[in-house]
Amino acid sequence: MDLNLTPEEQQFSDELRAWLKDNVPPPWEGSNDNEEESHAYFNYLRDWQRKVFEGGWAAISWPKAYGGRGASVIQQAIFQEEWARANAPMLVNGLGLALIGPTIIVHGTEEQRARFLPRILSAEEIWCQGFSEPNAGSDVAALGTKAVLDGDHFVVNGQKIWTSIAHFSDWILLLVRTDANAAKHKGITALLVDMHSEGVSLRPLRQLTGESGFNEVFFTNVRVPVSNVLGKINEGWTTAITTLMNERANLGTSIYVAYKRNLDALLERAKVTTRFSRPAAEDPVIRQKLAQAYLELEIFRLNTYRSLSKLAKTKVPGPEGSISKIFWSEFNQRFQQTAMETLGPWGQLKELDDNRWVYGYLRTRGNTIEAGTSEIQRNILAERVLGLPKSY
Amino acid sequence: MDFDLTKAQKLLQESARTLLARECPHERVRELMETETAFDEKLWQSIAEQGWTGLLIPEEYGGLSLSLVEMAAVVEEMGRACLPGPFISTLWASALIDVVGSAEQKKKYLEPISAGDTKATIALIEQSADWDAASARMRADREGNHYRLNGRKEFVTDAAIADVIICVAWDGKEIFILPVKQGAHGLTVTATPGIDATRKLYRVDFEGVLVPASEVLGTGGRALEAIDRATSVATVALSAEMLGGMQWTLDTTVEYAKTRQQFGRPIGIYQAVQHMCADMLLMTESARSAVYYAAWTVSENDPQARHAVSIAKAYCSDAAREVGNRGIQAHGGIGFTWEHDLHLYYKRAKGSEIMFGDANFHREQLAKLVVDEHTD
Ligand SMILES: Cc1cc2nc3c(=O)[nH]c(=O)nc-3n(C[C@H](O)[C@H](O)[C@H](O)COP(=O)(O)OP(=O)(O)OC[C@H]3O[C@@H](n4cnc5c(N)ncnc54)[C@H](O)[C@@H]3O)c2cc1C
Repeated sequence: MDLNLTPEEQQFSDELRAWLKDNVPPPWEGSNDNEEESHAYFNYLRDWQRKVFEGGWAAISWPKAYGGRGASVIQQAIFQEEWARANAPMLVNGLGLALIGPTIIVHGTEEQRARFLPRILSAEEIWCQGFSEPNAGSDVAALGTKAVLDGDHFVVNGQKIWTSIAHFSDWILLLVRTDANAAKHKGITALLVDMHSEGVSLRPLRQLTGESGFNEVFFTNVRVPVSNVLGKINEGWTTAITTLMNERANLGTSIYVAYKRNLDALLERAKVTTRFSRPAAEDPVIRQKLAQAYLELEIFRLNTYRSLSKLAKTKVPGPEGSISKIFWSEFNQRFQQTAMETLGPWGQLKELDDNRWVYGYLRTRGNTIEAGTSEIQRNILAERVLGLPKSY
Repeated sequence: MDFDLTKAQKLLQESARTLLARECPHERVRELMETETAFDEKLWQSIAEQGWTGLLIPEEYGGLSLSLVEMAAVVEEMGRACLPGPFISTLWASALIDVVGSAEQKKKYLEPISAGDTKATIALIEQSADWDAASARMRADREGNHYRLNGRKEFVTDAAIADVIICVAWDGKEIFILPVKQGAHGLTVTATPGIDATRKLYRVDFEGVLVPASEVLGTGGRALEAIDRATSVATVALSAEMLGGMQWTLDTTVEYAKTRQQFGRPIGIYQAVQHMCADMLLMTESARSAVYYAAWTVSENDPQARHAVSIAKAYCSDAAREVGNRGIQAHGGIGFTWEHDLHLYYKRAKGSEIMFGDANFHREQLAKLVVDEHTD
């Protein structure tokens, strides 16, 4: 065990720190709770990602041949720390970078990789993930959106739901049923679908938070070239598993950056909000809760490092990624509650810090549902890590 | 950077597991907890033969000069075995002597500790039950070439079996660290039976106990710093021990969930039981990250060491209890019996939660470091 950086790791860290110092833009000033503002924010983030891409930092874990740096998992951990330290904005094409790009790298043809990967990196094309359906959520393999072969095209009909950022997206990784007679996991195909195709329409769904983050997406006789099958026909479940594994493993690292920033912001607020005529930061109960938030976030970071060290040896993310998913989602719920308690009556006002706390608090309810519910993650841990019998 | 035990560290840990499974089975733990001191000379000697009593002690004093990471790997296994006796007490005392003692004092105490001939403990807290060493008010008054000790110490672990009790006292102005031999004139050691019968607690009374001034180990600010350092080392070891207990409880519960049948099926098929096990896994693995990070930062004198120690102890204090709660619940009635071994671990976890400060204490330490110091 040695947590010191090797000279190469140190050099990587220095190089990144220097680049961030020169390039991080001033923080976004506007709010995020109306459509116009959220488009402006989106464009701000898109510009930022282009700059990151040009600097060669957009997806360091990807192989060099596809625009990455072939970074070691340790370099990825360093990347996360430096990003947090520099207060750098997130990368807008997160689903493309963390989930869909890696899936294309594993299952795509050379043509698909050349066509799609550079535009994911530059945020020229934004991606979304079309897995869930009204009747297929946790049991996503029960999906019913149909694709029928017609010459060299599939014709897609059906509906997806809860599709995050579909309203900003150019492409969607879509799971469809191509063999209705096969067992449910055997008749699925993964398609790369142009969101601007004829027959694609969407209806933004207003989230509990008030804004539209996810959507219903409808497909009516949408023609998709067979060359856009990702992986093999009827073996789309294998492709989907790659995406889901990356979802559990990768979201964790970028999320740390956002959480660290929230905690720092709260620690600042705790000094200026008062309790019994003293700063909240001096209130014994609040101190306990702030310290608990700090220690849990540290443990989340350390857990990530441990899984990265393991990943460096085994190369494939395992089912223990579910620990990370449960940890970050439930941590954030506890943290945002602590934030509300620390802020007192101000916490409920949207005007405070551009709606950061009201939105943050409400948004956490989605954390234990998206990317696989907490219950599903616990099933995975019980059955695949601990070897308990399958409950269904 | 590699956040994983090396091959050599893993081997060391496996050998500890094998030895303890052989030498310290649960029947033996139960026999020992019924005795007055929970001490087994033969067991202690096999531990000393492995070098573990001197694992952190420099080679020149007969130790192995290994790091706290190796120590954590071994102590984790002691926790898994629920090893009774004065290992943590002796480790705490030897860490203190190593930091604060003169070369001569180190030779005097550390050599026999390494060899397994001396057991030791520290008498720190008093009736106020405050872990802050600066609050010690037991008197040490100078009389010619001696200090005369008067007062009472509480919650002293393994005091009846310790050959030397390192005492933290006060002369009205500053703190003193003084060694008191077992059986010294004026020393009374009284058992105060507690929740965990495998680690015995004592009330120690000092009525005019005389210690030669030449034997004083340290005074003033230096003494406080040394206690702080030694307590950090012992706190990490204790957290590692708690981790081992959690791992045992998890493994035992999962095994039971696979075999116990109700409604014609193993209870592990029911999600209510599965989710308890999943939570136990999450807490155990998170504790593991915290413990080894703390072990590494303390051994490297990393600037994050203080944070890391309190993170580990705060987290383990809550998690060890919660893992135990779920372990008992998932076992049903058998989990509530004296016959089942779960309660050995459950009680050890509670005692350990309190020792060296509980989660609230360490969260306050963290608040001092993080909330008070925070500048964005
Ligand atoms: C903010 C947000 C963003 C999202 N973004 C996307 C996206 O971009 N793309 C996408 O495809 N999907 C997305 N989703 C959808 C998400 O993946 C699903 O909501 C989730 O998988 C749960 O499915 P469901 O909503 O149908 O709930 P259900 O599966 O119906 O679950 C309802 C309840 O039953 C429990 N449950 C279900 N099955 C079991 C079981 N076997 N054992 C125990 N408990 C069970 C669940 O845990 C839950 O509590 C998003 C969801 C949210 C909230």
